Amino acid sequence: MADIILEMKSITKEFPGVKALDNVNLVVERGEIHALIGENGAGKSTLMNVLSGTYPAGSYEGEIYYNGELCQFKTLKDSEEKGIVIIHQELALIPLLTIGENMFLGNEKRNKFGYIDWDMTYNEAEKHMKQVGLNESARSLIKDIGTGKQQLVEIAKAFSKNVKLLILDEPTSSLNDEDAKMLLDLLIEFKKNGLTSIIITHKLNEIIYCADKATIIRDGSTIETLVKGVDEFSEDRIIKGMVGRPMDDRYPAREHKVQKEVGLEVKNWTVYHPLYHEKIVDHNISFKVHKGEVIGFSGLQGAGRTELAMSIFGKSYGTNISGELYLNGKKVDLKTPEQAIHHGLAYVTEDRKVNGLILNETIRFNTTLARLDKVCSKGIIDATAEKNVAEEMTAAMGTKTPTIEQKIGNLSGGNQQKALLGKWMFTEPDVLILDEPTRGIDVGAKYDIYCLINQMVENGKSVIMISSEMPELIGMCDRIYVMNEGELRGELDAKEATQEKIMSYIISATN
Amino acid sequence: MSTKKENQGTPKLNMGAFLTKNSMVIALVIVFILFYFLTDGRLLYAQNMSNLLLQNGYVLVIACGMLLCILTGGNIDLSVGSVICMVGGMAAVLITNHGFNIYLTILLCLIVGLAAGVWQGYWIGYVRIPPFITTLGGMFIFRGFGRLILDSKTVSVQDTSFLNIFTAYIKIPGLDTGDRILSPLIVGILAVAIIFYNTFSSRAKKAKKGYRQNSAIADYGRDAVISIVLLFYCYLLCQYKGISVMLVWVVAICLIYHFITSKTAFGRYFYAVGGNEKATKLSGINTNKVYFIAYANMGLLAGLCGLLCLARVGSVNGSTGTSFEMDAIGACFIGGASAYGGSGTIPGVIIGALLLGVINMGMSIMGIGDSWQYVVKGGVLLVAVIFDVISHRKSGK
Repeated sequence: MADIILEMKSITKEFPGVKALDNVNLVVERGEIHALIGENGAGKSTLMNVLSGTYPAGSYEGEIYYNGELCQFKTLKDSEEKGIVIIHQELALIPLLTIGENMFLGNEKRNKFGYIDWDMTYNEAEKHMKQVGLNESARSLIKDIGTGKQQLVEIAKAFSKNVKLLILDEPTSSLNDEDAKMLLDLLIEFKKNGLTSIIITHKLNEIIYCADKATIIRDGSTIETLVKGVDEFSEDRIIKGMVGRPMDDRYPAREHKVQKEVGLEVKNWTVYHPLYHEKIVDHNISFKVHKGEVIGFSGLQGAGRTELAMSIFGKSYGTNISGELYLNGKKVDLKTPEQAIHHGLAYVTEDRKVNGLILNETIRFNTTLARLDKVCSKGIIDATAEKNVAEEMTAAMGTKTPTIEQKIGNLSGGNQQKALLGKWMFTEPDVLILDEPTRGIDVGAKYDIYCLINQMVENGKSVIMISSEMPELIGMCDRIYVMNEGELRGELDAKEATQEKIMSYIISATN
Repeated sequence: MSTKKENQGTPKLNMGAFLTKNSMVIALVIVFILFYFLTDGRLLYAQNMSNLLLQNGYVLVIACGMLLCILTGGNIDLSVGSVICMVGGMAAVLITNHGFNIYLTILLCLIVGLAAGVWQGYWIGYVRIPPFITTLGGMFIFRGFGRLILDSKTVSVQDTSFLNIFTAYIKIPGLDTGDRILSPLIVGILAVAIIFYNTFSSRAKKAKKGYRQNSAIADYGRDAVISIVLLFYCYLLCQYKGISVMLVWVVAICLIYHFITSKTAFGRYFYAVGGNEKATKLSGINTNKVYFIAYANMGLLAGLCGLLCLARVGSVNGSTGTSFEMDAIGACFIGGASAYGGSGTIPGVIIGALLLGVINMGMSIMGIGDSWQYVVKGGVLLVAVIFDVISHRKSGK
């Protein structure tokens, strides 16, 4: 007889106008790692918010049994008391407070007089930090430790709440491969001690690696639960469940028509940190991309890839930038993003919500923002022309939306990314730099974006792709540059590139 | 002035959406009707109605500039009242004590106002000193300069040619003779014709391109309501002295800034910066310049407002303009501008200013003192913003 820790029965949750969850069932056994997968907007996060009491009992239909008893959580605190702790994708840590302060925020250790006992706080904090293998002083500030360690702080915080069932929403989306693997290994370690985890992720290889079971949700309904060792438990099988059909090729094929002419070339590029002027972020980097070619930049987080791209894009990052930049064989000096855009350079930023889009404005507003002059005459916006352009780009990108007057913040991640791409396509770039173009979006939307990249290079443009997902680079690029700690460590032909080879470049460099 | 952005939703009239969208217009109407009865109809006397816009003209002028500051991210300019005192004081001293040419004086005063704005805009836009602190400093500095210029006295202006530029009533020979004034009505009819023509041509354009549009009844109905209000107002003006030059200044400023914020590329950058500054910067837009222009422009409008206030009151002293900026900020927020930046319109600001104006005037007519007016003003501001926040929360994030 299986030991069921959690059972969610026919959960239905409606928002005005949308049924987010329709009769969803989820059964989790004690001591397993249970993956919850589905495309963006499928309802995974909603389901977890129902479980944790973020959506209070009564606002949804259905029943939740935890340890065999019916639960009706009204607030997050109710569920935490039972040992259910959820760690959200966006970390809920306050950068200017210490690790210890963050861990006991809202749950402070008080002495008998009612004020905070700091010695006990830090002592307890370090005890839990040891549990997750975090070697830091509990008095360090959150902003001074990396994202990987911040994630560990969140988990240590969960332990301080005496967690029995840990829910992780996209825990590795902001981690590099190495940190991600460490985190998953940690989960497997905890499992041995009886901790149950539910993990929501888009990264299928992680599920294969660590999960015992995988429940697939599509369009607000549970499709199936796959069990490792019983069912076929492979990436292809899971994708089939997610999109409802087998997806034979995750990377669309293209004819490789790399031309002789060089679209963009960078020579001896060096960038210093904008605040710490003596710190070198990118050191003496030279690379080039031909017309009709896709090149990739691989590396760990903090390798200096985003900084490199931004410093090329009109010096929007860094100080004391030196080196030479050639566009179409001509030497140029781009001092502002505006100049870069007018020279046919486009930089699709990473983190679309923070750096890319104006969320409370419409698709139309966002689409034309980078080249408003193209729909203006004498500084006055031609409303008709703008509408046409926005509709054209929306159709070309395949963005799913009722109208172009939709607020962009209301779209799903994949559609936001397509709209962002549309914004930059509208600038008609010759060289397109994509920074993490598929982070946090589902398989179907990824495929569409790969197709758009292929279209670009077929028209003789150049594409530079920065990505933390190595398979994506290997699948899409003609050549791959590997960076580490601000230096270029190697260059690979994509045909001979493997994940192991890329990793070996990175590791050999660090040693 | 159209008070609505074009409706992109379903063409059908949706009562709930209509109410939320026009909540402040409805509030204005309710408050108006309330005071109409409380004052036994005196609120609607021609003289009061004429004064409503003239008394609040200064709020409208500075609120137009304040909206741009607020759009950039909920930033405000605290120094406006002090700049008004400084510029108004300078004009009064130059004209009365030194007998300066009035046109030269006006030009000089506008330049000084702009200079005050440029000074603050530079620190805010290019050195990134927080606007609150920069303009708090400006508030003290310019107030001090104003008092120095005035030598801590009250200086009045009697030069009629100066006063006429801002406060005279327009008399068109042939139309306005003695007690028969017709020019407001002619202007009103012209304005109505323009409003209907605009709607007609935009509908025709949309129909040609096959865009979705509102039903004809909704569009023309809205125009009809605006027209009736406008014509009635003009009719009242006919009964009391006609159109003041001051009104022309105020309407012109509102129209210009409505055009800038809704139709020009530069106007759009204010919304973009307020919505997401990082994304805007990476879209090739010089965000420093956007901040700079917002505050430089605010200085220019404060300068103009200083002249308007001087002309209307006839004199300036060391405390002229005190807390005027607060009225403008209030008008912006009541009119639906977001305290976080990125949203707000000039028509909204006009509604906000009128709402405050009607309350003030209604209470004055009723003989209720200043102190209570403050209490009510503050209450209205708070209620308006609370209502806005809650209605947005209900409609889903």
